[in-house]
Amino acid sequence: MSLAQKIGRMRRTDAASGILLVSPTALYALLLLAAPLATIVVFSFWTQDYLTIDRSWTLANYRVAVTEPIYGQLMLRSLWISGSVTVATVLLAFPIAYFVSFHVDPARKSLWIFLITIPFWTSYLIRVFLWKVILGYNGVLNSTLLGLGIIDAPLTFILYNANAVVITLAHAFAPFAILPIFVALEKIDRSLLEASRDLGENRVTTFLRVTLPLAMPGVVAAVLIVFIPTIGDYVTPRLVGGPEGLMIANMIQTQFLKLNNAPMGATLAVLAMLIVTVVSLVFVALNRRFLRRQQ
Amino acid sequence: MTKPIIQLQDVQKYFGDYHALRGINAEIDEGEFFSLLGPSGCGKTTLLRVIAGFEDVSTGRVLIDGKPMEGVAPNRRPTNMVFQSYAIFPHLSVARNVGFGLRRAGLTKDELGRRVGEALEMVGLSGYGARAAHALSGGQRQRVALARALILKPKVLLLDEPLSALDKKLREQMQVELIKLQRQVGITFILVTHDQEEALVMSDRIAVMFDGQIAQMDDPEVLYRRPKTRRVADFIGVMNFLPAEVLFEAGEKIEIEIAGLGRAEISSDQAPRGGGDGATSVGFRPETLTILYDGQQATDREARAKVEEVVYYGDMTYYDVRLEGTDKTVRLSMRNVFGREVLPIGAEARIAWSPGALVLFR
Repeated sequence: MSLAQKIGRMRRTDAASGILLVSPTALYALLLLAAPLATIVVFSFWTQDYLTIDRSWTLANYRVAVTEPIYGQLMLRSLWISGSVTVATVLLAFPIAYFVSFHVDPARKSLWIFLITIPFWTSYLIRVFLWKVILGYNGVLNSTLLGLGIIDAPLTFILYNANAVVITLAHAFAPFAILPIFVALEKIDRSLLEASRDLGENRVTTFLRVTLPLAMPGVVAAVLIVFIPTIGDYVTPRLVGGPEGLMIANMIQTQFLKLNNAPMGATLAVLAMLIVTVVSLVFVALNRRFLRRQQ
Repeated sequence: MTKPIIQLQDVQKYFGDYHALRGINAEIDEGEFFSLLGPSGCGKTTLLRVIAGFEDVSTGRVLIDGKPMEGVAPNRRPTNMVFQSYAIFPHLSVARNVGFGLRRAGLTKDELGRRVGEALEMVGLSGYGARAAHALSGGQRQRVALARALILKPKVLLLDEPLSALDKKLREQMQVELIKLQRQVGITFILVTHDQEEALVMSDRIAVMFDGQIAQMDDPEVLYRRPKTRRVADFIGVMNFLPAEVLFEAGEKIEIEIAGLGRAEISSDQAPRGGGDGATSVGFRPETLTILYDGQQATDREARAKVEEVVYYGDMTYYDVRLEGTDKTVRLSMRNVFGREVLPIGAEARIAWSPGALVLFR
């Protein structure tokens, strides 16, 4: 069989057409995701030697990252903030998703989902700035509370600290949490809830024994979708975080741009990715065990 | 000896403007196998859900075991339901599904395991406890749903078209098993079905429903032989209708003239009042007609007809025959016996019939 024949035959197979279909995307991902990632990993094993980069392989950066307390602190704070954002977002998103799925007329559900996505029509940056306007010293919230006589002096714990970062990010990621939970709730066969009632469970226990376990895949998706990007967020902490609200991504940015130490920045980035991966895997494993125990 | 376990007193149900149940009155006895039969949209499932507590009545009363059920949530009613979709919890194993309702009973782990094992054995699923719910076939899911409901020893078991998702063979097998199971546990079963054959096979009593009302409530044989309205007659089994005219009535006797069959005398219990849908007609079942072969004599009346269509079922043959002197065809069925030929299309046949098998609708 000649080569031309082989190619001709291959073009007709499902596998070949599959490869053809995914290759533009795959190429794009390879160039814009895999290549930069590989570069970062390579950089993390090099060192900055004043103005030039020393290309000898070393673990020196990793040693510094682990021993210098500032990096560990930032990483812990990032985990803490991101974890708080995740918990707050998912806890607030669940009732909304539940309401839309169970109490909204089916004909209006898409309208509700559409309304939920409206905040996304403005740019992320503008939304962060708006939170500054709302939370600021002379902001909307403080002037309202002062005007109503509820407080005597402006609240200061709501801007330029970790709280502000949590509030802003929780709002920004709310739809990302609502949608997967909504989809999971929509998939629940309503007769299962009736079956549970029929078998003696009340509304609350039906929720705990049937609705929640069946919504778990959506909750897991929501947790991962919120947790993974927020831990690497640097715009929000930069704009509303103040010095106490800075996160690991801000340090990575500083290393790359201000301190001109790309290898150290790369090392921190790699470590941050590893930690996010480990935390996510542990979370998924814990959830699996929870669901299996239900069986 | 029997006392009503369920009493329905003028039950009405509206969904917005839609009048789904229009005054249902019925008493269902303890230990009875009761069926709600009707075409889709007749309100039979709504009625079942009213009994289960998933729907409130708009007006009227539902009493279970003598107690009014107004405001009583489904989880506090002595009823359990087998859902049409079976509603097997997909996140739980078979054993957890079956034991779902026993959590509140405060049983020890051993006790729970024993009860679940017994319930699974009762429905023929011993050893399936550890299986995942999604690894079950349709028939097995149905058995799990049954075990899950029966393990709670309800006073009434409600079955919402439980067999409609199964193939014919399995459905017939499950019909027999359900009857046996009902006799074994002695619990009142209320079955909702649109399949008249299923209702006839399984029930002690059947309520035929049309448009939110009970059209007739009787045991299967009475329902089949003496339907009260033409609509019920048409819904249950095959019924031939011929136009008829009442010539005169004298006490228990009614003299009628039937198109294609001539004059006949019937008794008044063959002629329920109402239900003729505005026209007078007689109805008779295919098996009440017999084709007479050479040398056979009719025991009662005889008519001549021509075979127009033959449908061969193996054990039975259905003939559509046109009665002499009319343009009406009627369907009759003959059991195929060894040595008897199936008549061809176009053949002339003598038909034996009997006025006693007629029902007059007027």
